Amino acid sequence: MIQILNEDGEMVNEDAMPDLSDDDLVELMRRMVYTRVLDQRSIALNRQGRLGFYAPTAGQEASQLGSHFALEKEDFLLPAYRDVPQLIWHGLPLYQAFLFSRGHFHGNQMPEDLNAVSPQIIIGAQITQAAGVALGLKRRGKKNVAITYTGDGGASQGDFYEGMNFAGAYQAPAIFVVQNNQFAISVPVEKQSAAKTIAQKAAAVGVPGYLVDGMDVLAVYQVTKEARERAINGEGPTLIETMTYRYGPHTMAGDDPTRYRTDDMDDEWEKKDPLVRFRKYLEGKDLWSEDKENEVIEKAKEEIKAAIKKADGQDKQKVTDLISIMHDKLPYNLEEQMEEYKEKESK
Amino acid sequence: MAQMTMIQAITDALRTELKNDENVLVFGEDVGQNGGVFRATEGLQEEFGEERVFDTPLAESGIIGMSVGLSTQGFRAVPEIQFFGFVYEAMDAVSGQAARMRYRSGGRWHAPITIRSPFGGGVHTPELHADSLEGLMAQQPGLKVVIPSNPHDAKGLLISAIRDNDPVIFLEHMKLYRSFREEVPEEEYTEEIGKAKVKREGKDITLIAYGAMVHSALKAAEELEKEDIDAEVIDLRTVSPIDIETIVESVKKTNRAVVVQEAQRQAGIAASVVSEIQERAILHLEAPVLRVAAPDTVYPFSQAEEVWLPNYEDIVEKAKQSINF
Repeated sequence: MIQILNEDGEMVNEDAMPDLSDDDLVELMRRMVYTRVLDQRSIALNRQGRLGFYAPTAGQEASQLGSHFALEKEDFLLPAYRDVPQLIWHGLPLYQAFLFSRGHFHGNQMPEDLNAVSPQIIIGAQITQAAGVALGLKRRGKKNVAITYTGDGGASQGDFYEGMNFAGAYQAPAIFVVQNNQFAISVPVEKQSAAKTIAQKAAAVGVPGYLVDGMDVLAVYQVTKEARERAINGEGPTLIETMTYRYGPHTMAGDDPTRYRTDDMDDEWEKKDPLVRFRKYLEGKDLWSEDKENEVIEKAKEEIKAAIKKADGQDKQKVTDLISIMHDKLPYNLEEQMEEYKEKESK
Repeated sequence: MAQMTMIQAITDALRTELKNDENVLVFGEDVGQNGGVFRATEGLQEEFGEERVFDTPLAESGIIGMSVGLSTQGFRAVPEIQFFGFVYEAMDAVSGQAARMRYRSGGRWHAPITIRSPFGGGVHTPELHADSLEGLMAQQPGLKVVIPSNPHDAKGLLISAIRDNDPVIFLEHMKLYRSFREEVPEEEYTEEIGKAKVKREGKDITLIAYGAMVHSALKAAEELEKEDIDAEVIDLRTVSPIDIETIVESVKKTNRAVVVQEAQRQAGIAASVVSEIQERAILHLEAPVLRVAAPDTVYPFSQAEEVWLPNYEDIVEKAKQSINF
């Protein structure tokens, strides 16, 4: 397993250390702290009924943000339902992420300059699509990649294998990240496959596969960065397995992790907290302080508050809105129904 | 004008669009060097290169999923599913993804994909090659489903399908691929998706059909004429959305209708045609709208096709039932 920082924030692999400036390192920490606050606030807002569907992210900051930090703005992101943080750092306004959670189409209307699709609910579908995006980038001669994420359970889907196999066959610039957070809802990773790692599944399609400490933001960043370089140099896709953990439930829709997880396991993984170890590392370099962290926390809380307010102000969806986004040119049945609902809505 | 079979007309349409628009990509299993298992893409890779016309790994879900991804990069994918019975492998990619792309992104993305696929009985294919599964597709909002019955329509409708900015399922009946030739213009032309065509005018009863059943309905109309029954035959050409206007207009004139499909009675799209007629023209009906369809069993073992598939005699019988109601 590739690791650069150990649990105590000590450098254990100097050779692999990425070429990141002090500002970059601070920015990485800032994003991780911000995202942890976002998770805490999202859970609270969900409990208050002010958010809808929400898949907690605490514990996965290094995996999600370390990999995202290795990307360029022009790279194309195909997230799964838990990968809202990457979307936000790629350029999705926060209030739109909240609208996605609530179930409003505007939440999915990616800004024109954001190269991403909205979070995928069908586990695996993003993988075959990523192969197509990557082939498209290659055919257009762009020096960019398609990156997509799934979980440990997702690695059992047919589309996971097909997508990687297609990208391999076309040597397309794709990065497939499997965030192995040990559980697919209640099913532990050991019940998904007899394979000892998910990374080794790369061998089935003839592409490189790496197992990374997913609680180590520097390791995740570096491995993704290298995968990106290979991809844009025409050397094809890479599979990256990040060993990580979600501290919260699967989603906020009634999942209770105490049914399948022990306190011991939670404790063990909390010692590996990506924020704790990176904080120690940065404090050792005099790049981080409690004041700085509090500043980030306050800023996050403020922005979240403003974003929720903005989401509250969004116009309610009408059936005519939903009809209008079905086709370029409406077929007769929808034209008829459009008239019907226009009349209803005018009353 | 040239005499073409339906398969030649399809190749011609693909060639026309590959030439017209550099974003058009044709791909699937064996569509490249081999020119397709039915020769629908013959010569295209040679003419346009491997970057435009290429083979894929053997995986239908991957093929359609990849098409969705290519859409985001401005490509116009024309993937092939070798036989439509294999669409089950790709149902999520087709109905769960491509069909919903524009809606789920609020118009930010769209999927200008044309999925070509052969289907249809009467040529003794092995299991799950000939099944009529257009009914499944017709139930998915976001998809249009086109089924041509002749070379002329096949070319015009395929060009329209490829130019459509939303996904179109283009189903090609295997029995019609080479069963006859007709005059097809060599230049480009389009046929409007969602528009039916009156193939034979009549005043006593309306026969509504699509695919290979159009020819059975035309033959039935000839038989009926011998008994002084003047049947109007409508070829739907697009089974989703259905051209209600043409159907209702005809039914208002003839006051009777039979809907004809090759699919099983519980499948296909005949039931929706019947519903639309009864909602919109019940006061014009002299008899209930009847359906000709296959039995509700799994598609027959090839030797049983003859006794199982609906034919012109079944249509004649139903038409008389309606007349004598």
